[in-house]
Amino acid sequence: MLYFQKWKLALVMLVLAAGVMFAAPNLVGRDITDKMPNWLQPLSLGLDLQGGSHLLLELNTAELMRDKLEGVVDVARSTMRTEKLRYTGLAVKDGAVVATILGDESERAQARKALRGAIPSADVEMDDQGLVKIVYGEKARKAMLEGALSTTLDIIRKRIDELGTREPSIQRQGDNRIVIQLPGVSDPKRAREVIGKTARMTFHLVDSDTSVEDALRGRIPPGSMLLEGMDARPDGQKQYYVVRKKVEVAGEHLVDAQPSFDQSAPVVSFRFDALGGRIFGKVTADNVGHNLAIVLDNKVVSAPNIRSAILQGNGVITGGFSTQGASDLALLLRSGALPTSITFLEERSVGPSLGADSIRAGTMSSLVGLALVVGFMVVAYGLFGIFANIALVMNMVLLVGGLSAIGATLTLPGIAGIVLTMGMAVDANVLIFERMREEYANGRSVLSSIEAGFSRAFATILDANVTTLAAAVLLYHFGSGPVRGFAVTLGLGIITSMFSAVMLTRLMVVVWMRAKRPTTLPV
Amino acid sequence: MFRGIKFLPGETKVDFVGKRFIALFFSVLLLGSTGVLLLTKGLNYGIDFSGGIQMEVRSDKPVDLHDLRTRLNDIGVGEIGLQGIGETGREVMIRIPAFDNEVSQNAALKAVRDTLGPSFEDRRTEVVGPKVGEELIRDGILATILAMVAISGYIWLRFEWHFGVGGMLALIHDVVLTIGFYSITGLEFSLTSVAAVLTVAGYSINDTVVIYDRVRENLRKFKKMPVKDLLNLSVNETMSRTILTGGTTIISVLAIALFGGEVLRGFALAMILGVVVGTFSSVYIALPVLIYFKLRNTDAIAPLEAEAEPGAKQG
Repeated sequence: MLYFQKWKLALVMLVLAAGVMFAAPNLVGRDITDKMPNWLQPLSLGLDLQGGSHLLLELNTAELMRDKLEGVVDVARSTMRTEKLRYTGLAVKDGAVVATILGDESERAQARKALRGAIPSADVEMDDQGLVKIVYGEKARKAMLEGALSTTLDIIRKRIDELGTREPSIQRQGDNRIVIQLPGVSDPKRAREVIGKTARMTFHLVDSDTSVEDALRGRIPPGSMLLEGMDARPDGQKQYYVVRKKVEVAGEHLVDAQPSFDQSAPVVSFRFDALGGRIFGKVTADNVGHNLAIVLDNKVVSAPNIRSAILQGNGVITGGFSTQGASDLALLLRSGALPTSITFLEERSVGPSLGADSIRAGTMSSLVGLALVVGFMVVAYGLFGIFANIALVMNMVLLVGGLSAIGATLTLPGIAGIVLTMGMAVDANVLIFERMREEYANGRSVLSSIEAGFSRAFATILDANVTTLAAAVLLYHFGSGPVRGFAVTLGLGIITSMFSAVMLTRLMVVVWMRAKRPTTLPV
Repeated sequence: MFRGIKFLPGETKVDFVGKRFIALFFSVLLLGSTGVLLLTKGLNYGIDFSGGIQMEVRSDKPVDLHDLRTRLNDIGVGEIGLQGIGETGREVMIRIPAFDNEVSQNAALKAVRDTLGPSFEDRRTEVVGPKVGEELIRDGILATILAMVAISGYIWLRFEWHFGVGGMLALIHDVVLTIGFYSITGLEFSLTSVAAVLTVAGYSINDTVVIYDRVRENLRKFKKMPVKDLLNLSVNETMSRTILTGGTTIISVLAIALFGGEVLRGFALAMILGVVVGTFSSVYIALPVLIYFKLRNTDAIAPLEAEAEPGAKQG
């Protein structure tokens, strides 16, 4: 008993030193930690403590698939046209594109071959009657979703970077979700507006042959559509436009967009790539005097009159913007369009004042909790209680150091986990000391009682802690956000408490025994 | 030298097991009333589970609740609940019940923010769509059940299946009563509450394991002692520890309840109840259950190896 193995001593010292080292950055200011390496950083505070926003959004998978299938319809139509094949009933039906090929056996075979060539990622099936069914298999759908998700992530990242948020975190969750954390942003209104827009921009010619009144009554020619204007009319009524369905130029040809001013009104100036510039030049040259509608997410931003051909591949979008509106639109156009629209499923935001209140409350409850437990242990066990308290304090250092080392985030429930750990961590020492008392009462010597206390209590400590650890692990797995923070502190606290309560207390008791050679058990 | 105070006078000899029927009566009564309570009153589900919008805002001047209520209800996004919080009269909690879909919910949030205007500071905003709410409910239930199974499974592995059953019964008892506590107090049942329930489960089993460990040890040590006496002896021997650990845990949680702020108060109160209930169930449920199983003459309990050291207690 009086012997504490050298390697164990070295291990205890090593662990303690590591704990102190990793915990230390939490005590110094930000100006110092900024100069320290990545692996030696203080605990990062959760959004509930430092203030900020958490947004969860989802890609509209159904819409993505619908758009893809409508794209297939277009491809199929043009394929049949170039192959000079006749067909009927080409449409999207029940998650597939269907059509009936007319003509003889060889024409059907030709159609199948041509369709397979034109849409290689889909499955093209044809029955004896010439009924074609084009579907995307599980694998192709997964690949599409994967592609859409990673594109969305890239675009959202660009948009958020342009907003100038400090240390944003943008991560995928599952197959079709994205979690965005914006520290310091307590009102995510603007972020939501900028992130949430699909920003699909297209240019259409205005259908000047159909009046808006006719269109509102339902009389719309097949090649045209009725769209709402982005801004209401001055009298507050909604504004409508009738535009041709055909996309003259698509937004993907845009290479740059910047906010600027035209006659002191905010506008967005844009520039096309070479191909887009050529198409745009031709459209404007052919339609001088007509109106060209600029459509963003199915709403008309404005529909200016084409005064002359624009051949340089650039132009401006007017539309009664505010300065902010113009710079947001430019940002959206620069970052590109999302592959499909997104929906916000969840938003949690905390303002800086509440975060500061929570930090104060967390610190206060930790200090009070520590003081109460320390006092209780001294009253209950005297000198050995002091040993246990030293172990408890070191346990806190190890816990904070451990959390910092694994890069954990401290949340308010996480602080509750730390305080709770203080209360439960001393359990190991209680078990050991109670066992010593029992053994001593049964007539063992001081030395033998202490020895038995440590060795016999250990199995119990292990069993009792593994079960609590199981609860913490499951909580981490199924919990989210702040609750995860609780699970991490509770779980790590259990592990560090076993080390400090068993190894460290034992070391202190051994040193004390060597020095004092006691004749009575001091507990 | 200061030795510390013994909280219990020497060895206690309380007949816990003999009083198991009285305790069982109370337990069944409590469980029954909890069941009735959950069926009639139910739980006050927080936004995590019910979905909807919850905002905590602070104005730069005292808020006229009546006026604000009129203004918010004029938006027409459903029944808006308003409640002044804190002492300054400047802080208000706004609740809007769940929506059918995320799109109208987001539109409502925007309308409320626009109506509040810049004189209000957003202290906290939580918007949970119906989809996420359902998932969180599912995950919460799954986590609780899995935790109970995993914990009982571990006990079964380390001890024997009898102990696993006893531990499981005690766990169910504690989990149900802790949830019942949320029902009777009307405290909001949120994700943090699930954390409280699971932590209570962890604490309760921790307590049970300590007593079970002693039972196993005594079964090896006192081969002839009647099971009832042996169980009583085991509880009494560990009683001092039970009280001390329960005590340190309760005082630390008490610190959270008193100083940890509004968010953690519910969690801390449930934990305090949970520690009491968990201790009770270890003694009166997990332990007496063992009487009804044949604990002796089983292979798994190996004879005590080299336990007869001088000075150790004998029969």
